[in-house]
Amino acid sequence: MIRIEARNSPPMLLKVGVPIFAAFVSLLLAAIPLAFAGANIGTAFVEMVRGVFGSVFAFSEMLTRATPLIFTGLAAAVAFRARLWNIGAEGQLYLGAMAAVAVGTGVLDVSGIILIPVIIIIGCFAGAFGMAVPVILKTRFGADEVVTTLLLNFIVLILVQMMLEGPLKDPMGLGWPQSSPILDQGMLPVLLDRMRVHSGLIIGLILALVLQLLITRSVWGFKLRAVGENIAASRHAGIRINRSLLSVAVCSGGLAGLAGVSEVIGLKGYLTADISPGFGYTGIVVAMLAGLSPVGVVVAALFIASVFVGADSMSRAMGVSSYLADLVVSMSLLCVLIGGFFAHYRVAWVSAPAKIKK
Amino acid sequence: MSAKNVLSLLSLSKRFGTTLANDQVTLDLKRGEILALLGENGAGKTTLMNMLFGHYLPDEGSILISNAEDKMVPLTPGHPQAALAAGIGMVHQHFTLAENLTALENITLGSEPLWALGTNKVKVREKIEKIIKRSGLKVDLNVAVGRLSVGEKQRVEILKALYRDAKILVLDEPTAVLTPQEADLLFKNIQAMTLDGLSVIFISHKLREVLEFSHRIVVLRNGKKVGEILTCDADEKIIANMMVGEDAKVLKRTKLKVGQPLLSLSAITLKGNSLRNSLSDISLIVHEHEVLGVAGVSGNGQSVLAELISGLSFPNLGEIKIGSNRIDKPSPMAMISAGIGRIPEDRHRDGIVGSMTVAENAILESLNDPRVQRFGFLRQEAMTDYAEKLCEAYDVRGPGVRFPARLLSGGNIQKLILARVFEKLPSLILANQPTRGLDLGAASDVERRLLDARNRGAGVILISEDLDELLRLSDRIMVMYSGELKEVSSRNREEIGMLMAGKNK
Repeated sequence: MIRIEARNSPPMLLKVGVPIFAAFVSLLLAAIPLAFAGANIGTAFVEMVRGVFGSVFAFSEMLTRATPLIFTGLAAAVAFRARLWNIGAEGQLYLGAMAAVAVGTGVLDVSGIILIPVIIIIGCFAGAFGMAVPVILKTRFGADEVVTTLLLNFIVLILVQMMLEGPLKDPMGLGWPQSSPILDQGMLPVLLDRMRVHSGLIIGLILALVLQLLITRSVWGFKLRAVGENIAASRHAGIRINRSLLSVAVCSGGLAGLAGVSEVIGLKGYLTADISPGFGYTGIVVAMLAGLSPVGVVVAALFIASVFVGADSMSRAMGVSSYLADLVVSMSLLCVLIGGFFAHYRVAWVSAPAKIKK
Repeated sequence: MSAKNVLSLLSLSKRFGTTLANDQVTLDLKRGEILALLGENGAGKTTLMNMLFGHYLPDEGSILISNAEDKMVPLTPGHPQAALAAGIGMVHQHFTLAENLTALENITLGSEPLWALGTNKVKVREKIEKIIKRSGLKVDLNVAVGRLSVGEKQRVEILKALYRDAKILVLDEPTAVLTPQEADLLFKNIQAMTLDGLSVIFISHKLREVLEFSHRIVVLRNGKKVGEILTCDADEKIIANMMVGEDAKVLKRTKLKVGQPLLSLSAITLKGNSLRNSLSDISLIVHEHEVLGVAGVSGNGQSVLAELISGLSFPNLGEIKIGSNRIDKPSPMAMISAGIGRIPEDRHRDGIVGSMTVAENAILESLNDPRVQRFGFLRQEAMTDYAEKLCEAYDVRGPGVRFPARLLSGGNIQKLILARVFEKLPSLILANQPTRGLDLGAASDVERRLLDARNRGAGVILISEDLDELLRLSDRIMVMYSGELKEVSSRNREEIGMLMAGKNK
């Protein structure tokens, strides 16, 4: 007979160990589709590792990929801590990116020291607005934020397409649906010469540390956790639930908006409607993999980015579909969810009861 | 009374992890006997009954039960089906009824097919009606169970067991949700059924009903059987001593002169989504040095009254005054800052955040207190120190203040909430079912602290379903029925009971 018992409090080793173990297992499981694709599994893994650690360029590409994931991962982690299910980071990312383009392409021709902070702040506001609306709908009318944030993603994406065909369209763009380029002084400095990795990464790392501190140590973080863990007790204890949720929403949406800003003024230099290959959604996986810990988000984002970049490079080298990366990312999430069960519950085999003698 | 055994539990033991929930418990039940199983919370009563019913596998020991030929045969352990087949019926404290089905369907659920073609509905109904006639358990069989009262639902549960030809009926705290009259009626019915040969085991906390209606009393403590006594030889003191293992302290409530009014509700009407959540034109005043007891069967508006005083609900009409200040915008924060300490009814849901640490829960209502907070950041060490002092002063036992609060037992969670509330020296305390589910020791500790607060000058509103507790603690008693609140001058159980049942003489 199998018996499942709740553990009193999962030991630290399990909390940290389970996601790492899950990540490894998901990589191992990737061998199955690789085998189906007819690739040599050993070479494939070597190619994957080489695609990430093989050169400074490869490594910097991985960091470039991880940067937006850190922002969207933090956005999801903060919201999920308060049990606010922000599925709309993708849309908020585009709102931030759109705001960045709106102010950064010439409307405001000032020096970079002023322009960059202005773009960042306005981008944050745009993202925050994108999350504040669903949360106000939730607190006022009880609209489920999973539905509203998810659907807003599509609305925002269509809005972006409309803007890129209209007001934001680059007149010099030869008809392509893309925005004018960001002014040179509005671009974030790159970290390494002739590499794409930019200082958005540094901003992300600092924000992760700040958030870690805020969540674990501040009164704001305390309220956020309390609301997330037990909304009834929080309300009873005099915590203003709606205000707390709104502040979380602003924070989460702002972070997601920042992901868009950082992509536009750090990497691309202009906005297109395909600037994010689902960074907003992948951020959810990152946050779950990180156990909703902001510092953990950094590690998880690096892992997921490695998988993407490594699988990309492997598929190029071996002619295997790069969708494999999506597969590994999805499997890592499943593994973490399953692993989370084992971290919180103990499964014991109970021997069959002794038969009673006549 | 026939002396023949129908059931024998032979040195049953059950271990959960390191705790020994039952230690070599041996118990006999005779035909037609009413056996009361007593013990504090966590004494192992429910574990023992769950082993009998096959929910748990005993680690040691065996169960013998009489079969059709009156021979004692072993019962297959760990099989509820076997227990059912052997004629054991169990009525849990929390009912297991399908609310949208009729009483008849509920009774036959599991023993008869629900939608079989051409069922012998007539026969089934005849059988149930015969049982009802013999036992006196009156229920309207055609009504959906969701529309029945709590007392009727319980009768349906018992009928369900009897329909399966139960010879042994186990009742887990059957009167917890009943008015005194309903409780008495229930026991009268049970007595009638025992004349037909039914044997009954009931678990209870209420010494009065145990003494009045049982034939024999078995007391468990820390998983062991510590006493067995014929009811005719027992009195409250003997049993209380057996349960606690020492002389139970008796609370003394000294008369005090009441002071200034602390809280007054005048003509409050609150329309909730149902009658259970409504208040109609209620008024009350609590003074310094006064315990106001609110009696009533649960679901008559007590929870919404508590919510109102906690700042969680807003009245449609009427006025709330704290001291001489009118509260226009009630909110939990407004009530806390006005000096109201609130002990919620559902301590797990409203009282603590289980996954946060004991220390964090200790400061849940003091986040703006400069002792634990500076510039918006919590002072971790100050917080831990504060919580440790609190736990020591209020005897909160557990793994430590850095561990999640959900690891505490129910009694210790309640002590933690009390500590949090009393530490702020509230001028008024709202205690909603403060001793529910606590063992005798923890409960009397809570009662003592409430009286201490009253003696120091605080006012207390005590909402409770336990009439004995109310009579012990309260200076004045009001009865709540169907959203209305009436003052009773008498201290007579009968009279208060009538009001609780909505009968106004």
